[in-house]
Amino acid sequence: MATEQTAPPPAPPETPPGTGGKADAAVVRDALGVGVAVGLSGFAFGVTSAGSGLSLLQTCALSLLVFTGASQFALVGALAAGGNPLTAAAGAFFLGTRNAFYGLRLSQLLALPRALRPLAAHWVIDETTAVTLAQPTRRAARIGFTVTGATLYLLWNLTTLAGALGARALGDTGAWGLDAASPAVFLALLAPMLKTTTERATAALAVAVVLVLLPVLPAGVPVLGAALAAPLVLFLKGRGDNAPAPAPGPTADDITHPGRTGEPGNSPKGQAR
Amino acid sequence: MNVWIAIAATALGCYLAKLLGLLVPAGALDRSLVKRLAALLPVALLAALTAQQTFSTGHHVLIDARAAGLAAAAVALLLRAPFLVIVAAAVLATAGVRALGG
Repeated sequence: MATEQTAPPPAPPETPPGTGGKADAAVVRDALGVGVAVGLSGFAFGVTSAGSGLSLLQTCALSLLVFTGASQFALVGALAAGGNPLTAAAGAFFLGTRNAFYGLRLSQLLALPRALRPLAAHWVIDETTAVTLAQPTRRAARIGFTVTGATLYLLWNLTTLAGALGARALGDTGAWGLDAASPAVFLALLAPMLKTTTERATAALAVAVVLVLLPVLPAGVPVLGAALAAPLVLFLKGRGDNAPAPAPGPTADDITHPGRTGEPGNSPKGQAR
Repeated sequence: MNVWIAIAATALGCYLAKLLGLLVPAGALDRSLVKRLAALLPVALLAALTAQQTFSTGHHVLIDARAAGLAAAAVALLLRAPFLVIVAAAVLATAGVRALGG
């Protein structure tokens, strides 16, 4: 972790005070906030994993080596359902592929030396990306990435251990409602992604597919089947886009119904069911 | 043993995905179709996983106390609660319904 600061020679300060730049302390504070909040949810993972029958060592190995929450929850859930190990791993892997695209954006922002990249790669996840992308300068981006990554990695692993140990003390985790933690985590990650009709249609289709396939296919396979909702919706959307040419610019409708314009956050409820 | 195979495969796959993004020259994965698919794939997977882990046990699709937990989480989300509060709401609601015999 201490290897991160191969700082360039004393360049002129990239953040002129008071002109849209951001003080290092402010970046660190933001990064710590995200790192602490999300790192603590490692406790939920530890409990879920131990409750699913994984050993303490297996639970901790997942947090140390996989270190991308959604994939870890997915793997543990699939194993608990009695899935084939490679089917279970495939679902977790597909969830992890989004990190490759985070890496693409981060590599330009951070401009890390080649030798550091294999180390930094392990920390390329939702939260470090969110914090890094929000920074105005390269220096702030590097600080944000490093502090968020280090805080999260440390806390996520410590809380995983605590959760796994706690699960043993709790006994039946179901009685405490802890089996609801994992779907709640998925829902919390999913909700901000449901920005347009495309995402909502994909989510709705995936839910329908998985519930239909669950009774008839081996454990783990229904989720992989539901993943096909993504290419399917893109394909249908592509065909739909070719048919009616969208009117460019504001339409008469926008003028006659001013209340309808520009409400990006106005999401119809209940479509993700 | 099977569990260790799954852990190793997941760890390797997820690490390589992370590394790929940092190593590949900018622009190589930039085709818009690939990007859109990559953005949409987690949506489908997360929605499917949410539904599966809320509404099924093994091969049986059913509604039980976890549905109340998910509803509580959804309310917390709409109220813009922090991540931990969302998860806690789901856990407490599920435990509450079970304690009442649900």
